[in-house]
Amino acid sequence: MIRWLRPSVVGQAVRLKVTDIGYATRLFLKLLGTLPATFRRPRLLSEQIFFLGNYSLAIILVSGLFVGFVLGLQGYYILQRYGSSEALGLMVALSLARELGPVVAALLFAGRAGTALTAGIGLMKAGEQLAAMEMMAVDPIQRVLAPRFWGGVIAMPLLAAVFSAVGILGGWLVGVVMIGVDPGAFWSQMQSGVDVFQDVGNGLIKSVVFGFTVTFVALLQGYGCKPTAEGVSLATTRTVVMASLAVLGLDFVLTAMMFSI
Amino acid sequence: MSTPLTPTPAAESAAAVPDALVELRGVTCGYGERIILEDIDLVVPRGKLVALMGTSGGGKTTVLRLIGRQIGAMRGQVLVNGQDVATLDAAGLMAARRRMGMLFQFGALFTDLSVFENVAFPLREHTRLPESILRDLVLMKLNAVGLRGARDLMPSEISGGMARRVALARAMALDPELMLYDEPFAGLDPISMGVAARLIRELNDTMGLTSILVSHDVEETFLIADHVVLLANGRIVAQGTPAEMRASEDPLVKQFVHAAADGPVRFHYPAQDAGHDFGVRG
Repeated sequence: MIRWLRPSVVGQAVRLKVTDIGYATRLFLKLLGTLPATFRRPRLLSEQIFFLGNYSLAIILVSGLFVGFVLGLQGYYILQRYGSSEALGLMVALSLARELGPVVAALLFAGRAGTALTAGIGLMKAGEQLAAMEMMAVDPIQRVLAPRFWGGVIAMPLLAAVFSAVGILGGWLVGVVMIGVDPGAFWSQMQSGVDVFQDVGNGLIKSVVFGFTVTFVALLQGYGCKPTAEGVSLATTRTVVMASLAVLGLDFVLTAMMFSI
Repeated sequence: MSTPLTPTPAAESAAAVPDALVELRGVTCGYGERIILEDIDLVVPRGKLVALMGTSGGGKTTVLRLIGRQIGAMRGQVLVNGQDVATLDAAGLMAARRRMGMLFQFGALFTDLSVFENVAFPLREHTRLPESILRDLVLMKLNAVGLRGARDLMPSEISGGMARRVALARAMALDPELMLYDEPFAGLDPISMGVAARLIRELNDTMGLTSILVSHDVEETFLIADHVVLLANGRIVAQGTPAEMRASEDPLVKQFVHAAADGPVRFHYPAQDAGHDFGVRG
């Protein structure tokens, strides 16, 4: 029989997976439980929001601008076929607020801040800093992981909002300034067509969920990695892969749910 | 089983010693299937400096991890201050760890904090001292290791020996009663090594500490230790004062103390017959 089909091998693999899932779930619940204590030390939290947000701001600004440019061009190309190029503003704003803002910002956040989180915590583990903290009777989950977790959860929606805003400016630059779409129509269609709860609200929910997802994946990988140089580099790679897949998968689930409501 | 060469009075009446700060009773410990320590009995009397020595991978560091309950024992008891650490709840464990200081192999300083903030870390986490008192305390600790002037440097800007001393100051910040040293001499130059050894001994005596030192550096360790325990293959093979260890006729102790390449610890990894491998014998 093929080796991997043997019941013992399959059973072992399933058991290991279940153990991993259990470990991750327990860490997630523990992190959720750190909320009150984390907000009692606002300086540690604000440091992390600044660190994570600042880290990703440049890449978010530049990417947002270019995504906006492209949306302006492609949107104009499609809309002018139907003689409705004045709706360009609405199209750009809806695509960004409902979809591209949260998703692309989350992917960039995973690549920039997520890897920094994983590598940082992995190196603290490899250098026995986390063990030293435990021996000083300080809980590394509360002191090191929790501020980073909540910092990421807060920073992510802010970054998504910045991404969408800059993207709309990009769409305006291309559509209105370069191509010559009527500026009044561009803005007024956007103003009347975008619903605060339906569109902006849904986008906000997505970005908060992605904030939890990406930050948690990054912390889980860093905290669970092998304490060696090789282990840290593997964990960093896994952070990007797993966080990106989780964001795209969850995006579909969330969008489907929001359509059905 | 442990076979003391010439047991000290403390080691002889193991269980009865009321003055033992740390006591291991029949401890077996390992990771998964691999057994690291087997049936260890060890007594560390209050105020003494006990050295754990042995070959790499012999389970020395595991003993320290057991005492701080970073890992648990499979069998046996680990007593600190007469209390079995396995029975402590989370709060009790934290309280017990607050009375221990541990110096990690390469210092394990927090790389994102300055020297000053590293030493201040345990004080900030566990006390609510006013900033001025905290500053004085940190500078006193740094002064004790001779690094008051290095307070503003980052861990990346100081040498390995200095990092070890900063970590020592940090480990002492909460005035522990028990100090655990994990290979404090590894990778240090002779001067730094001498400084570190002298500091460990002086701090033990002046601050009334009890110290457990894990090392494989024979010269420095024999100079400062009160009692030496030799571990090999997860068991205690010999123990005694440094002088007794030096005079020992036990082949393993002799090999270790005199750093001989071959002896009971083989130079060659187990292999099939050399003649067969090189094809010189039919």
